[in-house]
Amino acid sequence: MKATAKPTPPATESLQIHRQVVLPWGKSIAIAFNSIRVRFFRSLITTMSLVLAVSFLSFVSVNTNVANGLLSTGDPALRQALIRSGYDLQPEDTRADSSPKQRWIVILSLLVCVVGIVNAQLMAVTERFREIGTMKCLGALDRFVLRLFLLEASMQGLVGAGLGALAGALFALLSNAARFGTQAVTTPVPGDILLSVAIATGVGCLLSVLGVLYPAFVAARMQPVEAMRAEH
Amino acid sequence: MASVKNIVRVANVTKTFQLGKIDVQALKGVDLEIAAGQYVSIMGPSGSGKSTLFNMIGGLDKPSTGKVFIDEVDISQLDAYELAWLRCRKIGYIFQTFNIIQVMTALENVTLPMTFAGVRNETAVEKGMELLQLVGLADRFQHKPFELSGGQQQRVAIARALANDPAIILADEPTGNLDLSTGEEIITLLKNLSKERGVTIISATHDIKMLNVSDQVVWIRDGRIDKIESREELTISVGRIDARAEA
Repeated sequence: MKATAKPTPPATESLQIHRQVVLPWGKSIAIAFNSIRVRFFRSLITTMSLVLAVSFLSFVSVNTNVANGLLSTGDPALRQALIRSGYDLQPEDTRADSSPKQRWIVILSLLVCVVGIVNAQLMAVTERFREIGTMKCLGALDRFVLRLFLLEASMQGLVGAGLGALAGALFALLSNAARFGTQAVTTPVPGDILLSVAIATGVGCLLSVLGVLYPAFVAARMQPVEAMRAEH
Repeated sequence: MASVKNIVRVANVTKTFQLGKIDVQALKGVDLEIAAGQYVSIMGPSGSGKSTLFNMIGGLDKPSTGKVFIDEVDISQLDAYELAWLRCRKIGYIFQTFNIIQVMTALENVTLPMTFAGVRNETAVEKGMELLQLVGLADRFQHKPFELSGGQQQRVAIARALANDPAIILADEPTGNLDLSTGEEIITLLKNLSKERGVTIISATHDIKMLNVSDQVVWIRDGRIDKIESREELTISVGRIDARAEA
């Protein structure tokens, strides 16, 4: 019996082992997608605050796009209408910009949204302690768990933020059309509006991933026994 | 060197838990050797430390002092990768609460460990179906856990534990949440597996039905090994065991 021999496997074996526990990307995406699909209602609630915040961001920036479009016509009547509706335009201004107050409100709403996501994801992680513990018993590494959560969050983020951005842009166009007439829809540069929607979607994805980071770390670092012991 | 290989060796293991300001010693120095291919039951009243010992053997928890060797490898020396590899390839786990992943079908549950082990998808599905056939659930491979009864879920768990042909199957109260006859079916299934496949089965239990099939019974009391009885000793003294069960 070689009781005193150092039983650590040699480095080469350990390298092999590194390659031996795997979770292919395709499979990770499938598992993450399935996880969202099965818990659809839960995912919907997690994503809802993101949808609202992103649609607000998109609404504000598309509003600015529309105002710039209207200004670019050079029509003094439209300029007066813009000033009446609250835009702070000096006589020499050729571009409208969102006011600092608006920007603060947008930033605040995004902050609240991140806090909401962290909260909802922490709940989701707690609900899944047992599942995470089981996976770890079956040989999952910390980073598999981390990757699954990040993938889920980015999928939720992409869909939620995309929908939110589109909804916000649509609402901005409709409300401006109601206020300023069809010119509100025809004059803005389509590229600008697309850019606004894209930026809003990107910000939303980023926030979604940011919000899940801490909960995912908590989940990934958990020891299997602790995860199993958790009672629900 | 003994002719029978020791697959598990526990050397002077103690474990202390901190409950608030009080230290509770769950294991007070346990020495145990388990030979390959055996069916071993760890018996003892609740709170005796058998689940703690079970977690130590499974590499799910680290001892406060002492060492646990699996296949003569000290598992406290392993890094995260090697531990994951050990859990994935060497050990199959069966739990009292089944712990089937709720969002996956029976087949997906069985193939998941094979995915972690890097087995190709088609091979994994094929083997998963074979294993489900083995436990008698081939026609329910697409069922979700909530569509299966407790006994069926435990069968899925057994198939999952076998996925990577482990050397050891650790069963923590496998019949604890099952009725009498279903529990017996599960025990028979485990016994057959140990006979046919030569898998070492270690189960922590207080189910007396387990005694009939065990090669070895380890009695634990108060964090220490009370006694280790082999099969022969047990069959002679069945009456005594029944008496103990009522005690």
